Amino acid sequence: MASVAELEKMIPQVRRDIVRMVHAVNSGHPGGSLGCTEFLVTLYFGVMKHNAQKFSMDAVGEDIFFLSNGHISPVFYSVLAHSGYFPVKELATFRKLNTRLQGHPTTHEHLPGVRIASGSLGQGLSVAIGAALAKKLNNDNSIVYTLHGDGELQEGQIWEAAMYAAAKKVDNLIATVDMNGQQIDGSTDQVLPMGSLRAKFEAFGWIVLDTEKGNDVISILSTLTKAKELTGKGQPIMILMKTEMGNGVDFMMGSHKWHGVAPNDEQLAQALNQNAETLGDY
Amino acid sequence: MKKYTFTEKKDTRSGFGAGLSELGKSNPNVVALCADLTGSLKMDAFAKDHPDRFFQIGIAEANMIGIAAGLTIGGKIPFTGTFANFSTGRVYDQIRQSVAYSGKNVKICASHAGLTLGEDGATHQILEDLGLMKMLPGMVVINPCDYNQTKAATIAIANYDGPVYLRFGRPTVPNFTAADQKFEIGKALMLNEGTDVTIFATGHLVWKAIEAGELLAAQGINAEIINIHTIKPLDNAAVIASAKKTGCVVTAEEHQMNGGLGDSIAQLLSRELPTPLEMVAVNDSFGESGTPDQLMVKYGLEAINIAEAVKKVIARKG
Repeated sequence: MASVAELEKMIPQVRRDIVRMVHAVNSGHPGGSLGCTEFLVTLYFGVMKHNAQKFSMDAVGEDIFFLSNGHISPVFYSVLAHSGYFPVKELATFRKLNTRLQGHPTTHEHLPGVRIASGSLGQGLSVAIGAALAKKLNNDNSIVYTLHGDGELQEGQIWEAAMYAAAKKVDNLIATVDMNGQQIDGSTDQVLPMGSLRAKFEAFGWIVLDTEKGNDVISILSTLTKAKELTGKGQPIMILMKTEMGNGVDFMMGSHKWHGVAPNDEQLAQALNQNAETLGDY
Repeated sequence: MKKYTFTEKKDTRSGFGAGLSELGKSNPNVVALCADLTGSLKMDAFAKDHPDRFFQIGIAEANMIGIAAGLTIGGKIPFTGTFANFSTGRVYDQIRQSVAYSGKNVKICASHAGLTLGEDGATHQILEDLGLMKMLPGMVVINPCDYNQTKAATIAIANYDGPVYLRFGRPTVPNFTAADQKFEIGKALMLNEGTDVTIFATGHLVWKAIEAGELLAAQGINAEIINIHTIKPLDNAAVIASAKKTGCVVTAEEHQMNGGLGDSIAQLLSRELPTPLEMVAVNDSFGESGTPDQLMVKYGLEAINIAEAVKKVIARKG
């Protein structure tokens, strides 16, 4: 597993990838991608047991991650590429005709590292439960991870899945919600206030962990480590992770406006200035 | 007209239950999921014999489809079971994204399709499911005609790698196909060779087509009757060959005209071999409460309706 210093070194590079990918095609979702960069880098390089060199759909003996909020595909693709699932230079094909890096992640073009299509929100938790149940049937004690947007929790299927996972003791599942408090039409509190998500998930029977510092590698690492220790105890685990949308690019931070908007040339230069090229641009 | 007989009437859903039960014994990767309709879907035997491979999801069909998609990751072959309405319309986006687009090996098994669900009425009588499912790229769509064929189809789809929609129903219908049949996905089955017209039927309408053939034979009309158990992929060669031979076609199904078997055959023939065609199907209408027999009469899905359509289409031949 990578050290904290190594993880921190990767983060500005992934941010550069995100803004460059989105800028190149003048479309995509930079805000949520930047907000989850620390989480995905930490998960893939510091926590998960996985074989990027030899991708296996069935992932026997490997941990699995499902991105339920598929619109933050730029960060997912960058982390998968740097993990070694596919060449980093392929990031240049993002959202272009004939690419394996579709606007939202899919298995349809056989991109290694992706195990389900996502984009239409609310479906990933159910899929993760299925994969977790398959692991139990296969006597495979690996863990299934998911990431969801907080706005995504407005989808009813999430709560069907939440009820099922707790009732059926799916305890090899660690779900994380990106609590950036933003969605397309404004803040989640303006659009549809969701009240206490901790109280809701606890009432559904989940173990709930919080982290106020979802953009801090050490905090993410310690929360995920704690979550792993809590697996196998009869309850699914939910991490409510506060993040800053657009983190690492100052003019994108703290606003929902960069949910699905690409930076222009000047803004790209500004974003790149704020994030050093640590591993080499694609 | 070839003579068809049967010793008993059985429900196609029980054919599914029997097939699933056999798969439980023969294929350890087969798992089953149900959304609170285990008895109606005849999944009880599988649930009892293989409790570790049976997942009672509760009344949460969207979650069921997602869980099924996830179970394929790890090599399982999930069979989901609920009514046809809740197997398709209710979960269309889940099937589209998590199953069809993701190319997952999920078998969506749907009972109580069509009008013959009966008294529960139109909320449950889906007549659009074949159309919904056949529009999804890569989805195989199967609608067997009796108990034996449904059992054989259930067993066969476990050996096919990819998403399948398997439709069956509630009422008992004549069980006339062979108990030891081999089910071949996409293969049209010739029931009666004829020269004057071809009747392409699917599901519960296959027996009605045989009855229609007998009515027509008594009037000197020699109908070719073909069982299309697989709506998609359609056996194009068999359809075209028969249409060429007889020169006119009637389709019969317990489904809307829009999107069903007749729609698929009309589309094929209009491209390849324009042929006079009549459809016996529900015409842009919801169903209603009533006994299955009453509903089939009211909505024009009886043997007599097929025979009338045959006469009409023969009159249209050049």
